[in-house]
Amino acid sequence: MEYMLLIYNSEKERASMSEAQRGEIFGEYRAFTDAIVKSGHFKAGAPLQATSTATTVRVKGGKTVTTDGPFAETREQLGGYYLVEARDLDEATAIAARIPGARFGSVEVRPVLQMTQPR
Amino acid sequence: MIADAIGRLYREESGRILATLIRLLGDFDLAEEVVQEAFAAALEQWPDEGLPRNPRAWLVQTARHRAIDRLRRRVRFSEKVDELTALQALEEPAGEEEDPGVRDDQLRLIFTCCHPSLATEAQVALTLRTLCGLSTEEIARAFLVPTATMAQRLVRAKHKIRAAGIPYRVPPPELLPERMDAVMAVVYLVFTEGYAATVGDALIRRELCAEAIRLARRLDALLPDRGEPPALLALLLLHDSRRASRTTPDGDLVLLEDQDRAQWDQAQIAEGLSLVERALRRGPPGPYALQAAIAAVHARAPRAADTDWRQITALYALLLQRFPSPVVALNHAVAVAMSEGPAAGLRLLDSLSARGELPNYHLLPAARADLLRRLGRDQEAAAAYREAVALATNGAERRFLERRLAETT
Repeated sequence: MEYMLLIYNSEKERASMSEAQRGEIFGEYRAFTDAIVKSGHFKAGAPLQATSTATTVRVKGGKTVTTDGPFAETREQLGGYYLVEARDLDEATAIAARIPGARFGSVEVRPVLQMTQPR
Repeated sequence: MIADAIGRLYREESGRILATLIRLLGDFDLAEEVVQEAFAAALEQWPDEGLPRNPRAWLVQTARHRAIDRLRRRVRFSEKVDELTALQALEEPAGEEEDPGVRDDQLRLIFTCCHPSLATEAQVALTLRTLCGLSTEEIARAFLVPTATMAQRLVRAKHKIRAAGIPYRVPPPELLPERMDAVMAVVYLVFTEGYAATVGDALIRRELCAEAIRLARRLDALLPDRGEPPALLALLLLHDSRRASRTTPDGDLVLLEDQDRAQWDQAQIAEGLSLVERALRRGPPGPYALQAAIAAVHARAPRAADTDWRQITALYALLLQRFPSPVVALNHAVAVAMSEGPAAGLRLLDSLSARGELPNYHLLPAARADLLRRLGRDQEAAAAYREAVALATNGAERRFLERRLAETT
C-alpha cells in the first residue's frame, strides 16, 4: 500500500533553532531518506517552503479567488512529506516514527486512495 | 434439540468462525454476512440431515462457499483485481479441517480490533461485535447511545481497518507489549462498563462482565507465557465474585465493608486467588497483577474487620510508585486511612486536591467526606458530601451519597 507521511512542525520553533541545530537535523533527514530509498520504501518526498510563501486558491461561482497564506492557521504547519510504499499501517507508522520531525512535531500517516484505471 | 445445539454453537463458536473467515476474506462485512448465512443454513439442514461430524468445520466450509458465490457474482460486474485474488485464494483446496492457524485467527482478530490507530470507543465496539457476537443494538444499549450512532461507529472502524491497511496479525515481539496493553485496556473497559454503572439494561451489563471474563480467559489461553493475562483474569473474577452482594434488590450500592460476604462466589474467588499467584510468579507485577493482589486481600478476609489493611496499603504504595495516577493516589490515601487512621489519610487527600488533580471526580470529595465524618468534623463532611453529590453521575452512587449526607446533617 502507499502511504503519505505528512510532516507537521512549528515554524516558529524552527526559526528559533541555531544554524548548527538546523544543520544537524538536515543531516538526519538525509540519512533517513537514504535509508528508505535503499530499503525500497521511498517513492517521493520533499521539504516545503514556509507557509509565509503559501497561496490558497478557491473557485467561487466560476471566479478564481487567491488569498495569501495557508488554508488554516494552526499551531504546527505542514513542512514536508514522504510518499512511501509499506506492507501495512504498522510498517508505515514505524517508518513515520523514524522521520526526524516526528520528535519535535507530528507526522500524519494517510493511506493513498488507489484509483482503478478507467476502462 | 438440534436448534439448541446450534444456539450453543453460535454463542461459543461464532466468534472463532468469524475470525477464520475474516482471515480468509480480509473483509469484516462479507465475513459477518456469510457466517450468518452459514448458521441459517445449519438451522435449515441439520434437523433433517443430523449434526455433521465436525459442526465447526461444516460452518466454516459453508460460509466459505457462500463467500465464493458472492465474490464470483461481484467479479462478473467489476473486474476488481483484489477480489479476483481473494477468490483464487479461497478456491484453493480447503486443507485439513483443524487448521493450526485457526487458533491464531482469534488472537489476530483481537489485536486488529484493538489496534491503537482506532479510537478506544471504536475498539470496544468492534471487539464486542466481532469477538463477542453482541448485536449492534445490544452494544448501543450497553453504552446508552442510539443504535444508529453505534452502527455508524462500527462502519467507520471497519472502513478504517480496510482503507488504512491495519494488519490482521499477531504483532511482532517488539510491538507486543504495547499492543497487549491496548487489548487488556479494552477488556478491562468492557468489564468496568458492565460492573460500575447500575443504570441501563441490567441484563446487558451482566453480559458485558461475562464477555470481558471470557475474553480475558481466551487471552490467557492464547498467550500462555505472559504474566498480565492471568492477572487481568484474576482481577475480573475477584471483582465479579462480589456481584450479588454489592447492590440491594432496589439497585442501591452496598459498600465493601457492609456486604454480606456469604454471598461472594467462592469458586470464582478460589480461581482468582490461584491466578494471582501464577501471575506474581511470572516476573515483576504489572498494574493488573497489583490490583488483583489487592482484590485478593479483600477476598481472603472472612469479615470486613479481618481485612489486612497494612498489606493493602503496601500494595497501593507499590502501585503508586510504579504506575502513578491520581486515582491510584486516591485509593492509596483511603488505604492509609484504614491502616493508620483517618487523619493520615485526610492529609494525603488534601494534598491531592491541592494539586488540582481529579477535578470533577466525585469519589475524591466522597472519600474526604467519609474521613471527615469519621473524625467527627460533621459540618465539613456535609459540605464535601454535597460537593460529591453534585458531581456523581450514576444514580445508585448519588443515592448512596445523599443518604450519607442526610446522616451527617
